[in-house]
Amino acid sequence: MAIKRRDFLKLTGLTLLGTAASAAVGDLLTRGEVKAQEYTSPPEALKGKRWAMVIDVKKCKEGQKKGCGKKCIEVCHYLHNVPSIPDKKKEIKWIWEDKFEHAFPEQADEYLKEVFKDVPFLLLCNQCDDPPCVRVCPTQATFKREDGIVMMDFHRCIGCRFCMAACPFGARSFNWFDPRPYVKKVNPEYPTRMKGVVEKCMFCYERLAQGKIPACVEACPANALIFGDLADENSEVSKILKERIAIRRKAELGTHPSVFYLID
Amino acid sequence: MYNAEKVIPFIIVLIVFFTIPMWLNFGRLEAIPQPELPKKEKKCIESKEYMRAYHMKLLDNWRKKAIRENQHVYVASDGKTHTISLQRTCMKCHTNKEKFCDKCHDFVITHPDCWDCHIAPEVAKKWQ
Repeated sequence: MAIKRRDFLKLTGLTLLGTAASAAVGDLLTRGEVKAQEYTSPPEALKGKRWAMVIDVKKCKEGQKKGCGKKCIEVCHYLHNVPSIPDKKKEIKWIWEDKFEHAFPEQADEYLKEVFKDVPFLLLCNQCDDPPCVRVCPTQATFKREDGIVMMDFHRCIGCRFCMAACPFGARSFNWFDPRPYVKKVNPEYPTRMKGVVEKCMFCYERLAQGKIPACVEACPANALIFGDLADENSEVSKILKERIAIRRKAELGTHPSVFYLID
Repeated sequence: MYNAEKVIPFIIVLIVFFTIPMWLNFGRLEAIPQPELPKKEKKCIESKEYMRAYHMKLLDNWRKKAIRENQHVYVASDGKTHTISLQRTCMKCHTNKEKFCDKCHDFVITHPDCWDCHIAPEVAKKWQ
């Protein structure tokens, strides 16, 4: 069907008018917004390229013998309003303890098992360099920051739990119900989570921004936890890893965890 | 127009019916929400007019910057710096969510879900 010259001109005119009108309306919508806004990171913030943690399991064992009372877990769970849910199937954990053969199932050699029989292994999100949870998240609610922290943006989490299926370390927990009744002592400086979102350890990103190291590292009386930048040759973690024998959980999967366990 | 003598009065009745809330509250000042402002601070991080119109956009930008881009400080248009945090910055002055946030939000029947996770100061007080 051929278009008439007259109709063509009419349409052109209308289109022009529409474009002009939408521009005017757009201006109306953004009128009064303050333009001179800036965002920076605070000067005291700790900066790194790849944050990592080294856990000295022998020091941890000694500390527990002396009665540290698992301060790391207590402090972390208080600061981040992590609920204590008795039902194991629905519990929420950011940092927890398990046996050697559960933390390293593929290395459960019977003699090694004997060596590490009473040694506690503190487990937390491994902050992988190639995190499978990030790859599967459909909303980018979980993503990797430039400093290596695998972050959660709870605002965007839709609770699909793909990340939980992808994580080989069981580091993620799902809120099956409102967690607030299970938070006994609340930290008013930090939010809780709501029903239907996944949560995990985020290497205390909010403390790093204030120039503080992660709470568990600070709380450990035995200094069994060491935190630092793996990309920095002179950091404490880099130096320790050069000198001593460290293993990582399920390294064969190629997710490159940033949490190391000293076993010598 | 057919049946104009019936149709027009009925249209008028309908218009009056649907605008009843407006007529009932006409000129009544107490219907306008009066959020309780902080007594200690005179000025919010931006002007009153700006905050009134754009606080939701500002908070959304705060979320994006702090969580997604690791920028935890906001430089206001007057050059002052503020830590980006709802619980540690906003609610330190606006110490009561019910007397501040809810006043207008209830009035315009909007239900932002901030408080499903963030803890309002009065809730934190009761919790301890």
